[in-house]
Amino acid sequence: MPLIRDGAPVDDPWVTVDDGTQLPMDGPAMVSLERWQAHRDELLGRNAPLGIRLKSDQSPALIADDLDRFAVVALEFPVFRDGRAYSHARLLRERYGYRGEVRAVGEVLRDQFLFMVRCGFDALEVRDEKAVEQWREAVSEISVVYQPAADSATPVWALRRRRYAAE
Amino acid sequence: MYRYDEYDQTLVDERVRQFRGQVARRLAGELTEDEFKPLRLMNGLYLQLHAYMLRVAIPYGLLSAVQMRKLAHIARRYDRGYGHFTTRQNIQYNWPRLEDTPDILAELARVEMHAIQTSGNSFRNTTTDQYAGVAADEIEDPRVYCEIIRQWSTLHPEFSFLPRKFKIAVTGAPNDRAAVRLHDIGLIMRRGDAGETGFEVIVGGGQGRTPFVGPTIREFLPKKHLLSYLEAIMRVYNQLGRRDNLFKARIKILVHEVGAEKFTAMVEEEWQNIKRDIKDGALDLPAEEVERIRAHFAPPPYETLAAAQPAFEEKKRADGAFATWADTNLAAHKVPGYAIVNLSLKPVGGIPGDATADQMDAVADLAEHYSFGEIRVTHEQNLVLADVRRTDLHALWRKLRDIGLATPNLGLVSDIIACPGLDYCGLANARSIPVAQRIGNRFADLKRQHDIGELKIKISGCINACGHHHVGHIGILGLERKGEEYYQITLGGSADQDAAIGKIVGPAFSSEDVVDAVETVVNTYVELRQNGERFIDTYRRVGKEPFKERLYAAD
Amino acid sequence: MALQVVTANRIGDGTVVYLTRVGGWSERITDGQVSRSDEERDALMAVARAKAEIPEVVEPYVIDVVEEAGVVRPVRYREEIRAQGPPIHPAFGQQAAGG
Repeated sequence: MPLIRDGAPVDDPWVTVDDGTQLPMDGPAMVSLERWQAHRDELLGRNAPLGIRLKSDQSPALIADDLDRFAVVALEFPVFRDGRAYSHARLLRERYGYRGEVRAVGEVLRDQFLFMVRCGFDALEVRDEKAVEQWREAVSEISVVYQPAADSATPVWALRRRRYAAE
Repeated sequence: MYRYDEYDQTLVDERVRQFRGQVARRLAGELTEDEFKPLRLMNGLYLQLHAYMLRVAIPYGLLSAVQMRKLAHIARRYDRGYGHFTTRQNIQYNWPRLEDTPDILAELARVEMHAIQTSGNSFRNTTTDQYAGVAADEIEDPRVYCEIIRQWSTLHPEFSFLPRKFKIAVTGAPNDRAAVRLHDIGLIMRRGDAGETGFEVIVGGGQGRTPFVGPTIREFLPKKHLLSYLEAIMRVYNQLGRRDNLFKARIKILVHEVGAEKFTAMVEEEWQNIKRDIKDGALDLPAEEVERIRAHFAPPPYETLAAAQPAFEEKKRADGAFATWADTNLAAHKVPGYAIVNLSLKPVGGIPGDATADQMDAVADLAEHYSFGEIRVTHEQNLVLADVRRTDLHALWRKLRDIGLATPNLGLVSDIIACPGLDYCGLANARSIPVAQRIGNRFADLKRQHDIGELKIKISGCINACGHHHVGHIGILGLERKGEEYYQITLGGSADQDAAIGKIVGPAFSSEDVVDAVETVVNTYVELRQNGERFIDTYRRVGKEPFKERLYAAD
Repeated sequence: MALQVVTANRIGDGTVVYLTRVGGWSERITDGQVSRSDEERDALMAVARAKAEIPEVVEPYVIDVVEEAGVVRPVRYREEIRAQGPPIHPAFGQQAAGG
């Protein structure tokens, strides 16, 4: 599936490894929380980047102490209506100070891109090339934000403070 | 009232363009209905029994005359000449075309209105006391905080895909006219130890198939922390609210299942964390923003008038019909010489909450002439002109009578809340509106209504309880049984500061019998009441048994 | 085997429609193609789903009907209201056209 990172389509070097499957010898590999918890030492012994994929009912609080082990944390949207990963992304960025890649996987649709970016996702696995083309419009069609989140957008209150103070 | 600045206007304009694009993609077949449905719902567009239905937000029920005229125009141009005011203080249109909705939203945007989040699993319109800002019993004007919540909750990136819809109500007065204990979050303005104002926070009230009166999880929240505390509640709910069962997804179920005490502890812990997470206190209410918004709700230029208005009293003596209306449909205003006027949208035999485009235009004119150009919508589906000089009341009443909005029945047996029911709604099991019409006709004698006194009847066409039947003094719930409509009666519910869920009195009644049953309940009350007791007082004193005996005596 | 027709709402204006004998859509239920077996019903639904993909209509589904003297009527009261229009507004819907 196409991957958009920081707004541009990129090649995805990551391999998602199913729980029953042998880990590749080298190269970046993404594993489940269950595999991480069961085979932590084995995974840390690999000499290659490690990523973890959390289901929507798995809070990043479960890996808060290990976050520096992961180059990518992928958060799953099993259906786009399941909005738990928005909270999880914000926790990663704002509470745990995670600076690696936070990737949206699963049902990642064009009309949710903006919400995802605002919550701290910097990489999105999208379903087709069309979604890649739609990226720019999707994240820029609403320019006003009313609340602080995990992105760099300035909330309206701060804009008003500057503007009306200047008057 | 609050007026948009360029930021507010930009967002609404952008949202219209965004929705226009979404509709175009849908009509071109690029979006399936499954994908489009949540998008249209985030803009208040439903598919109902007969057609699409568009719900337009009226933030905390406050409208300008200009906005009301726009609503009338939309009713005429894009719908069938009428609109329906709802229990969330919004308006809905029953016959819009999907193709027209982007144009309708563009027209609304021109008068600072929208349909954002009037549906879908996110924050809905924050509601409040219809007498906010003018009520004599108010501690502070809650609309300032409603507007702050409106802005914070608009397109909130974290909370746009909650387990289920989410409703917040705020009141600034101890007499609860906003049913705050029956909301996902209810906020009551209170005074702290130093006399400063803040909020009592209630979480997990609600109606639907599992009604709860919400517990208080915090006695006093300083105003500065309003949004960080709300964000903490929302984050706990977003992560832990049930997503496996639509009927158990509201926050009330979470609060109930983990218990109020544990839920409170989770919220408090999350709140402490959030206050650390959010840099520079960016969620603390900024004093200058609060003041900027408060300035929009500054009192209008009232005249200095005497509290006693002999001309008004004289008109009452001379005109019995006027006196009846004045005694029933007016409420006390905090400014001497002024009155709060309720416009009943419950004419005898009419459709509760409906107004024609002509009525809307006329109300806009009257608001400009008599009430500083503002109108409020109540959760009981009536309208309010909040700032009328007592000396103008007689003239206003005559004009209201001409347009059918002077029925003197506020709070009486024919002032019924009813959901749209099976006449419109795809979810309903039975019709609601015709039952309301028949009850209204049965008690058409206004003298009798006044003798009965305060009595709130609320009718829902299914267990989702949009007609608030759980909190009706007399609640009526429509059921379907073998293809026939049946109606279950509950007694003793209340939506005010003594909020209570009504109790089912016995087996359901057929459509044919339900009005007789209501009349039996009313007659039983009239026989049992002691001096000065309202229906709800008598019920609380005697319980449901005497009513049950009379209702099922023949069985 | 119950008699059935396929109904949906037209995409553009939301009007209630019924799948007809010639594979079009009519606002009158009595124009609806009546299925008399599971196979016929499944074939009608396949046609309707294809039309929902275009999209011509939204959310097609099957309803039970009765046929009397060549006139098709729904079994359920809900569908009767849907076919005719809201009873509280006799001027709206098919009821205004005399059924």
